[in-house]
Amino acid sequence: MAERSFKAEVEHLRKGDGDTFTGEGILAITKALLENGVGYVGGYQGAPISHLMDVLADAEDLMGELGVRFEANASEAAAAAMLAASVHYPIRGAVTFKGPVGVNVASDAIANLSSSGVTGGALIIVGEDYGEGSSIMQERSHGFAMKSQFWMLDPRPNLPSITKAVKDGFELSEASNTPVMLMVRIRACHVTGSFQTKDNQRPKLTVKDAAANPQSDFKRVVLPPWSYVHEQDKINNRWPDAEKFIVDNKLNEHFGPADAPIGIVLQGGMYNGVIRALQRLGLADAFGNTDIPLYVLNVTYPIVQSEFDAFCEGKDHVMIVEEGQPDHIEQQLGSFLYKAGRSVKLHGKDVLPMAGEYTGQVMLDGVTAFLKQAAPDMLPDHIRAPNMDAPAIPDLSKTVPIRPPGFCTGCPERPIFAAMKLTQEELGKHQITGDIGCHLFGSLPPFEIGGATMGYGLGPASNAAFDGGGERRAISMLGDGGFWHNGLSSSIGNMVFNKSDSVAVIVDNYYSAATGGQDVLSSRADNDTKSTNNPISKALEGVGVKWIRQIDRTYDVGKLREVLHEALTTDYDGPKVIVASSECMLNKQRREKPLRAKAIKDGRRVDVPRFGVDSDVCTGDHACMRLSGCPSLSLKTLDDPLRDDPVAHIDQTCVGCGNCGEVADTAVLCPSFYQADVVHNPSGFEKWRSGLRARIVTALQTRRDAKRLRLSGNVS
Amino acid sequence: MNALLPDRGPDAQTAAILKLAIMAVGGQGGGVLTSWIEALARSQGYACQATSVAGVAQRTGSTVYYVEMTPVSEQQPVFALAPSGGDVDVLIASEMMEVGRSIMRGFVTPDRTTLIGSTHRSLAYSEKAAPGNGMADSDEVRAGAEIAAQRLILADMDRLATEQGSVISSSLFGALAGSGALPFERAAFEDAIRASGKGVEASLRAFNAGFEAATQGAAVPVVTDKAPEPRQIVGPEKQLDAWHNLVARLLELPAEVREIAEAGLAKTVDYQDCIYGAAYLDHLDKIVARDSAAQGWMLSQTAAKYIANAMCYDDIIRVADLKTRAPRMMRIRREMGVRDENVMQLTEYFHPRAEEITGMLPAKMGARLEANPKAMERLTRWFGKGRRLRTDTLRAFAMLHVLGGMKSYRLKTHRHAVELQHLEKWLSASLASLDTDYGLCIELLKNRRLIKGYSDTHTRGLGKFDKLMKSAELLQGREDAAEWMARLREAALQDPEGKALDGAIETIKSFA
Repeated sequence: MAERSFKAEVEHLRKGDGDTFTGEGILAITKALLENGVGYVGGYQGAPISHLMDVLADAEDLMGELGVRFEANASEAAAAAMLAASVHYPIRGAVTFKGPVGVNVASDAIANLSSSGVTGGALIIVGEDYGEGSSIMQERSHGFAMKSQFWMLDPRPNLPSITKAVKDGFELSEASNTPVMLMVRIRACHVTGSFQTKDNQRPKLTVKDAAANPQSDFKRVVLPPWSYVHEQDKINNRWPDAEKFIVDNKLNEHFGPADAPIGIVLQGGMYNGVIRALQRLGLADAFGNTDIPLYVLNVTYPIVQSEFDAFCEGKDHVMIVEEGQPDHIEQQLGSFLYKAGRSVKLHGKDVLPMAGEYTGQVMLDGVTAFLKQAAPDMLPDHIRAPNMDAPAIPDLSKTVPIRPPGFCTGCPERPIFAAMKLTQEELGKHQITGDIGCHLFGSLPPFEIGGATMGYGLGPASNAAFDGGGERRAISMLGDGGFWHNGLSSSIGNMVFNKSDSVAVIVDNYYSAATGGQDVLSSRADNDTKSTNNPISKALEGVGVKWIRQIDRTYDVGKLREVLHEALTTDYDGPKVIVASSECMLNKQRREKPLRAKAIKDGRRVDVPRFGVDSDVCTGDHACMRLSGCPSLSLKTLDDPLRDDPVAHIDQTCVGCGNCGEVADTAVLCPSFYQADVVHNPSGFEKWRSGLRARIVTALQTRRDAKRLRLSGNVS
Repeated sequence: MNALLPDRGPDAQTAAILKLAIMAVGGQGGGVLTSWIEALARSQGYACQATSVAGVAQRTGSTVYYVEMTPVSEQQPVFALAPSGGDVDVLIASEMMEVGRSIMRGFVTPDRTTLIGSTHRSLAYSEKAAPGNGMADSDEVRAGAEIAAQRLILADMDRLATEQGSVISSSLFGALAGSGALPFERAAFEDAIRASGKGVEASLRAFNAGFEAATQGAAVPVVTDKAPEPRQIVGPEKQLDAWHNLVARLLELPAEVREIAEAGLAKTVDYQDCIYGAAYLDHLDKIVARDSAAQGWMLSQTAAKYIANAMCYDDIIRVADLKTRAPRMMRIRREMGVRDENVMQLTEYFHPRAEEITGMLPAKMGARLEANPKAMERLTRWFGKGRRLRTDTLRAFAMLHVLGGMKSYRLKTHRHAVELQHLEKWLSASLASLDTDYGLCIELLKNRRLIKGYSDTHTRGLGKFDKLMKSAELLQGREDAAEWMARLREAALQDPEGKALDGAIETIKSFA
């Protein structure tokens, strides 16, 4: 079960004609898919479209009623490959994943799909993870559309526009026999708003019906000579068909006055940002009524030259607002203008930065810079001649610490990295690669383990150059998500085949945790519609790994250190794989907390552990912090004139995972840590025994206190 | 709307749009707060849009939620998807450094922004890692907030909420209502909480606490922990007489030294006994005799602090004693919220090394064994493993109780001999240059701060301490010797390996 449940929201997907839907962009997209008679959906989770996968999973019943097939695909490549169903059959299909990394993985299937062409509408919904809050390299998915010749939608970021883009996307795809990518930016995925709903439509042809009447056509297979035919078909037929559809159906939009000497061309996704900049310059009102003509590209590929030419008619200056690099659209527009010998001055990356997110301030600065050159008269006085001193606000950049994301409280991955850090302290620094997933946080302080990550499931593959072994064996990390996504073949298979003398550590936390706790093949939960409980160790055996160590409690730092030590020093020179398994604490708490509360209420015996630090035993050296970084392990300044440094302190959020005690023990840190287990509803015997013990203990304490001087009170 | 938020600067076009940003630490409930604000706005006839960035970026990292709203009209408003510097009406920050971050990012401006912040700290890793005190300065952020915000509401919203059995989103929502920054009645806020349907009663109580904090401002007494009872020496009548004699000796000390000396005396007496306390005062007297009022008794004050710490070294006896005291048990029960009907189990995490064992042996025997690697190896094999002691059981408690009662034996141990020697050496080395450089002596005394921790950490601390004491030779005769010594110490406290310290020492060497 995923981290966030959409069971309640999914009911809104049943709304029909004339109703209003209010909620998140992700849900709106799902509703639009159902309204447009989609026949099958799939995808692979990853921010910002993880919730779309969660919504789809939670809506499986509803989709079943409509005859829609849902797959939680094994990877983005698998998801894109599923669109093959729309090649021969007039069935609408949609898949979703994040961009550009998911698109990278899917690009083989997308390229083949684009060559074959489609009969039914094929929609690829990409959550573009670019800008603030992104967790991946900063690139664009746009280039994929250009190289494979599929079309790219980038709708204005509001619910009516996004849901309309779903409809437009399917129709454009069918009109031009080409798959269409619907790109939604990170914030648009989670933007909230409302739109008017329509009745859900059953697919005209279900996948079941189609499979019952199979079709094939060798002309669609990417094999010569048909592959050459496909290329010609893309350029000579599909492209013109697409342009015609875009123009006829006015997919791109115009705002503002028809006649003006200047104008702005923008990606649909940039619309709200451009309007806000214009609002702040007094050139647009709260409702987007603008004094400057806007040509909004809800379709960013292909660019329709006739529309652009018409927009430029009578204009001296045109600005293009295109986020990210390279400036594909600007280059295209420049080429149009140059070849036509027009004198319109084109602005874009000269007034806006080439790289980075177009935040509010960047956009304001860019539009202002454009207007200063193109139409200075339009700028308000305070911009043209600022006479207000900006108030001097103290610089806090030296005070405020950075707060990058990290392991959660009680995370079972923390002790794995603590054990690795201790192992390295003993055996020296090793060559280590990371992988994609929460475990990549291990590369940050305090652990600083893992120097590179080449992609999802590619941790061990990224160490392939060091497979030959040597004085110090290379170590690589791999998560359970990455293992099933790609790692089993690309990383483990690669290790086995090449007789790798290195070590792989598989972090098995029972979920695809970083993306929001979706189930994977080795998840321990029972899942009604998916096959879980397929152990990673069995898969390893299956591909021929001989040296496997399964650890079922990652919090046992000593054990982990022992096993790591063995893997790094054993005589065995084949691949050595350690599977370190413990449940993701975030999901475990979510699962267990209500159960525990109920058990306590029902009078059953429940043991709740939590850790603490004796502040008068702690000397404030913070060695424990440097092996933990747990959010609940914090500092406290004592009210004691004799103490200089704050001491360790464990707050109420501790979940009693045991990491700090284990680390204090294994690393021989200090005796400050204690574990307190509060037993709710203890048995009668337990209570009696506890009472007896307390009486004896108190007697001993009282006797000693009667004989000595001591400090009253307690600092903590 | 203009009346509500006057003086909004020149961009009158968006004056009708209220912009509200929430800066939170991932997992703190920023999402809940955002959804309440949205529900509230919509219930009051406003068009409203919220955005956030979900996913891995939120795992304990700082994150931003953003809401815009404007009264519903015929036309659809166009809202921005992210906050812009200088364009935020209400900024809610759920932690003190996030308050700072919001100011740093320019989201808080004096012309328009109501800043609602929680003063509690959730420490970033970098603050916790330094061996010294790496905690960021909240006062600087507060000072910045006072300048940057048009209206400032700061309170420990986390405490206000947890006191009511709720979480910070509730108290912040209350403070938002109390701030009057949104044109909605209090009841409408409360309805939004009720409509969400989860933990409503506790949320409403926390909401109220936040509301009061915002409306009564500074008038609300700052809720702090109940003032800790002053620590004083208690015990049997007879021994208290001896204690009072020691206290009388305190009165002979210069007034400036008395307070810290009393703390030191209490610590040493608690650690051992009155005779040990007297030894502490003997040490101190010697230093006072060489100090003067002209220097403000700074040397004596410093010595009073660090001699006490040096004398109260952490050995097995001390740890066992502290772990078996009655107030400790009571404190843990209180902190863990143990009720009468519960039973508490207590597990201590110990890992003694051979050194701890030899330290407990009689001085000569301990020294002999420690000098013999084979013997140490054997001891490590026998004793050097993790021990989890269940101190709620009689066996483990009794063991620690007995160990904790071995104070009279302590003075005969190898460890004590080592510590005593170290103390003497440190004092004489620190005071060596007293006639020529008073300031340097103080700094050398302060180097004692580096000796802390147990086992490896303790050894590393000692190593750094030795390096610092040795580098005094390099500084001898320099006018700024004291300053440099302080700088070296700060460097030593920056990282565990002592990289910064080595760098600083190299710098000094380059002076020569």
